[in-house]
Amino acid sequence: MSDTPLLSVRGLSKSFAGHQALAGVDFTLRRGEIHALLGENGAGKSTFIKTVTGIVRRDAGEVRLDGVPIAPRSAEESARAGIATVYQEVGLLPNLTVAQNLFLGREPTRFGLVRAREMRRRAAARLGEFGLSIDVGAPLGSFPVAVQHLVAIARAVDLSARVLILDEPTASLDTHEVAVLFGVMRRLAEGGIGIVFVTHFLEQVYAITDRITVLRNGRLVTERETASFPRLDLVRTMLGRDLAEDEARAETGPRARRIEAGPPVLRAEKLGKAGDLRPVDLTVAGGEVVGLAGLLGSGRTETARLLFGAERPDQGRILLDGKPTRIAGPRDALRHRLGYCPEERKTDGIVADLTVRENIVLALQARQGPFRPLGRAAQDRIARDFIAKLDIRPPDPERPIGLLSGGNQQKALLARWLATEPRLLILDEPTRGIDVGAHAEIIRLIRSLCEAGLALLVISSELEEIVTYSDRVIVMRDRAQVAEPADGAIDVTAILQAIAAEALRTAPACQPEPA
Amino acid sequence: MHWQDGRLFGSLVDVFNRGAPVALLSLGMVLVVATGGIDLSVGAVMAIAGAVAASLADSQPLPLVLAAALATGLVCGLWNGLLVAVLRIQPIVATLILMVAGRGIAQLITEGRIITFASADLAFLGGGAVLGVPMPVVLVLGMLLVTLALVRGTALGLMIEATGGNARASALAGIDTRAVTLAVYAWSGLCAALAGVVAAADILGADANNAGLWLELDAILAVVVAGSSLLGGRFSLWLAVLGAFLIQAMNTGILLSGLPPELNLVVKAAVVLAVLLLQSPRLAGLSLLLRSPR
Repeated sequence: MSDTPLLSVRGLSKSFAGHQALAGVDFTLRRGEIHALLGENGAGKSTFIKTVTGIVRRDAGEVRLDGVPIAPRSAEESARAGIATVYQEVGLLPNLTVAQNLFLGREPTRFGLVRAREMRRRAAARLGEFGLSIDVGAPLGSFPVAVQHLVAIARAVDLSARVLILDEPTASLDTHEVAVLFGVMRRLAEGGIGIVFVTHFLEQVYAITDRITVLRNGRLVTERETASFPRLDLVRTMLGRDLAEDEARAETGPRARRIEAGPPVLRAEKLGKAGDLRPVDLTVAGGEVVGLAGLLGSGRTETARLLFGAERPDQGRILLDGKPTRIAGPRDALRHRLGYCPEERKTDGIVADLTVRENIVLALQARQGPFRPLGRAAQDRIARDFIAKLDIRPPDPERPIGLLSGGNQQKALLARWLATEPRLLILDEPTRGIDVGAHAEIIRLIRSLCEAGLALLVISSELEEIVTYSDRVIVMRDRAQVAEPADGAIDVTAILQAIAAEALRTAPACQPEPA
Repeated sequence: MHWQDGRLFGSLVDVFNRGAPVALLSLGMVLVVATGGIDLSVGAVMAIAGAVAASLADSQPLPLVLAAALATGLVCGLWNGLLVAVLRIQPIVATLILMVAGRGIAQLITEGRIITFASADLAFLGGGAVLGVPMPVVLVLGMLLVTLALVRGTALGLMIEATGGNARASALAGIDTRAVTLAVYAWSGLCAALAGVVAAADILGADANNAGLWLELDAILAVVVAGSSLLGGRFSLWLAVLGAFLIQAMNTGILLSGLPPELNLVVKAAVVLAVLLLQSPRLAGLSLLLRSPR
């Protein structure tokens, strides 16, 4: 076996309209290796996959397969060259049969007619090698997602049989299905195939991968052997923490202020939703800031959405001011004086064509209902008020909000909810995508709000910031609540340790139980 | 334009008179389009409402006839709204159902014939005049004012624009996007019913096959020419009505110009294409250059 790596990527770069998605990334995949590709939101993982497989044209860099430079211009070309990708959405056709899906585009034919029996025979044989014995004549959609994934993998391997990229394959699988998938992956790796495994689940990374590559902000941060990469260091690397820096900060100690918490405004008991979130317990009191920390994919946004009624829980209940309350949807939540500033501004937050004024008064108007309009004068007053208070620029209430910068849009969204005078406000990544100066403003704002008695639940990946303004921090990992570091121990290191902590030996932490 | 027999006459008046049904349709269509939807059934609803009105005209007093016809339109609109807002069927498909079935329903009401009526009350709505202004135009103005009051006098307009601009964000902000969607389709049905009544009053009868035929396309064109995006968002009632009259003016202009009638549709399409090109973002830069500086 030669020493040439199976897949060698050097200096891969790609930028989209001024935003550098990848900057000089190197990546090496050896034969028979399972290699994890990790990174937080915006790290560049999907851009990496797309540029390597040719779906997107790279700006610079070189990709070599078995030492031979390749430059595919489509997923098909790259599959023919030897690199195939299986995405989280499976990407096959549920209305066609398993056999048809497996051989899509390369059906065995005789005189131009498809040999259906031959196709089914070969499909059954192929899947048998994967330990899968299913009716290959049945529609793919009739099988659970896990099986569909395996069929997609079988197809990919059949097509290229050299490098397999799996993008979040375990997101919708239960523990047993993950085990089956891992068995297949190991067998493939033993056969010499190299596998790139993209995932959020740290447990799985440590269960099956040989090496780990971490990307951050489009750059390669590190590539290490899994066995010699402690969890804590991995989490630190992903979040961009400098070890020495953290230790220095730990000296300054946790927040001195520990306000006398009022009665709980909101209490969630065993709130959960199958597949999205394992049961969570949560309390937020007036004048208190509870931080929700964790990596991407850990279930924080799911928690927020369940609390706000944007999703319906399968189990558990919510108590407002001690009374069990059913929150049927955002309108209900609004009536109960809850507010939710979502993470994705563009898709869930702003109505781009409407003016800043209209966006700010939207929730307030929604609560009043259509037949009690606020009136232009009142709207102007509220808008100008918040533009001044939050220093929204440019200070023009009639400007379409889509023209504002991300930071100012965020402030306007915040204004939307503040205008409703909520008792509890959930902020999901309030400082994401905002320049550093605006960060400080928003943090100051959070502090002043809580001094005014507002209960706040803040979700953030910025551990340093969470630590400065939170009274309590709840840590989440792999769609489950992990720990609430004791009062005196709110510092970045403690949170990192909670995120990185080993799974309890008594229960598998990450996947939902099989149905 | 001149005064005769107590009412105005002239080609300008004609444009407004002939264009009244489409203008009424566009009052409903513009709201539906503002939510990002579309209503292909308005022509068929015209036929149904016209059939209802014509059937009852000779045996019932006018208010009852009107109420029945408008209620029919409302029910049709609610049906569309149910399919789109509750069952989440794509608007183009959902309203296509009624577009096709609607004429059949109208035929059932007219029992397959062209029914006529003699009621002078109903005929007045089509041929009469108030202060010299033809009744259909009066109805358009009235409906425009009512719709204005309904959307701009309340917060409904804002909610419609928000729902069309970003339904997900609007729902998270507490807007009942389902109710808003249901409402706009119901209103479209109502407007179409009124248009159907006007059309029936005009010919003193109900022709289930031809009433409102292809007018849904004119209504969509009117809304588009008025600057509304078919993707949803901002809308203008005034411009929609203006768009409808513009389209009618085009129709009349082509007829009067002496051009062969076969060219009618081609010229219309060319004009609409020109308007859309002017609105195109790609050409927006170019048109800015051509516009003279203030």
